[in-house]
Amino acid sequence: MHAIDLTNITKIYKGGVEALKGISLQVKEGDFYALLGPNGAGKSTTIGIISSLVNKTAGKVSVFGYDIDTQLEQAKSQIGLVPQEFNFNQFEPPLQILVNQAGYYGIKRKEALKRAEKYLKQLDLWEKRNQPSRELSGGMKRRLMIARALMHEPRLLILDEPTAGVDIEVRRSMWEFLQQINQEGVTIILTTHYLEEAEMLCRNIGIIDKGQLVENTSMKSLLSRLATETFILDVDPPTHLPSSDYFSIKQTDEVTLEIELDKTQSLNKVFTELSSQGIRVNSMRNKANRLEELFIELVEKGTKDV
Amino acid sequence: MFNANYLIALKSIWRKETNRFLRIWVQTLVPPVITMSLYFVIFGNLIGSRIGEMNGFDYMSFIVPGLIMMSVITNSYSNVASSFFSAKFQRNVEELLVAPVPNYVIIWGYVGGGVTRGLMVGFLVTCVSLFFVDLQIFNIFVLILSVLCTSVLFSIGGLLNAIFAKTFDDISIIPTFVLTPLTYLGGVFYSISLLPDFWQAVSHFNPVFYMINAFRYGFLGIADVSLVWSFSVIGAFIVALYSLVAILLSKGIGIRS
Repeated sequence: MHAIDLTNITKIYKGGVEALKGISLQVKEGDFYALLGPNGAGKSTTIGIISSLVNKTAGKVSVFGYDIDTQLEQAKSQIGLVPQEFNFNQFEPPLQILVNQAGYYGIKRKEALKRAEKYLKQLDLWEKRNQPSRELSGGMKRRLMIARALMHEPRLLILDEPTAGVDIEVRRSMWEFLQQINQEGVTIILTTHYLEEAEMLCRNIGIIDKGQLVENTSMKSLLSRLATETFILDVDPPTHLPSSDYFSIKQTDEVTLEIELDKTQSLNKVFTELSSQGIRVNSMRNKANRLEELFIELVEKGTKDV
Repeated sequence: MFNANYLIALKSIWRKETNRFLRIWVQTLVPPVITMSLYFVIFGNLIGSRIGEMNGFDYMSFIVPGLIMMSVITNSYSNVASSFFSAKFQRNVEELLVAPVPNYVIIWGYVGGGVTRGLMVGFLVTCVSLFFVDLQIFNIFVLILSVLCTSVLFSIGGLLNAIFAKTFDDISIIPTFVLTPLTYLGGVFYSISLLPDFWQAVSHFNPVFYMINAFRYGFLGIADVSLVWSFSVIGAFIVALYSLVAILLSKGIGIRS
């Protein structure tokens, strides 16, 4: 079953701006799906339409088989939304926000209090449960919105840039949490500007540009299109910049080299050449910009096609 | 169709709304009590004693029902207008829009909050009035029905205002330029029988006049127009405004893009 099924969705705002130009997209149940695109591409409009915050101009949307035109309430019950901007009452404490939200979904107060405790503890907000929400840090506010979206235990969680402005430590703990609930069966759709985040978390990916879906495929297949791969090597300070006819190399700082290899080239040969030039490699990692390269390529291609 | 989940949702909205105005009671409950106390002192005691009787009652007894109603009207209205507009402004109205809550539950949840504050303020003002006048009740049923209907009507009015409002100025324009004049000219301080014929006729187009008329009847047993006509007008306004708000919400006007 598809968690969401969009068919020919168009959205024309007042004033004639065409935000979506006939997007069709399916996301499978249990998927961790990334929806990427430059600013103003139509990602938030798409999410708004799925969660019924934005009225579509035309097209069909179904959520776990429930058509939003005819079975809106059933469709809404399946979705938990974490919007891009903080949209809770800043004067209310987290506990009250969560319990109220559960109430809107028909969950009794006793059960709502139990769930609120569970999610506030899981997301490290329990200590702050009675503090006015405006006093929470940016990362805490983001986690509060995730907890709020989970209160009715939705089958689909939509996160619109959930880690924007969050420090790396909190971001990583949020990634772990999202991976955990995805493993528990919750379908996740994520928009993000951190392409590393999408690459690390998501199995499938859609790229929207200028209101059109320019790519919809698996992360693996998208990344496999890359002809080259870049590695970062941490080395002992070299006495000279090593050179090679076999691969391209550049020194990014005193102890870091960046090498670019075709997929057909062997890493063994890289190490042999560096070793022969007296370079000692202490550690190595992938440069995590592979998706970024493809993203720019796809979006630029779209621009040229227009 | 109404189901148990909607009842929980309705209670949640109502509780949230009630908690909101109780949390800021210094801003919501105290000012109307102080304002009305000043009215009682100045208009009732100081000036009223020189005015004499109005429709067979001393002036203080005559204006108390109108002043109570005035506080109910302004507080019911402003509670819903400011709360719903704040929810739009902070975008936490989206919490309701993404949830499986029918529009009528949203409307009655907010109206419930407005009515609760309106009645609470009305009760407090009534308590204060007891220091100034020996309040008697002529018909408790008419009294309760009129104050309840008025509070419902102006809560819906506040919601309508908030739906259209785009700035905080927009939610103060209607109370200042429409609600206050209607209330003052609705017979709070005088019987419309004192007015020339033309202005008496004009007063009949003022819905607040019918509300104060019915409420005053509940206390004193006197009325400028019949109760049936008063409640019919109030009922018609409730149906009209409710229908308008329901249509606006279903089309997403002011809340969805």
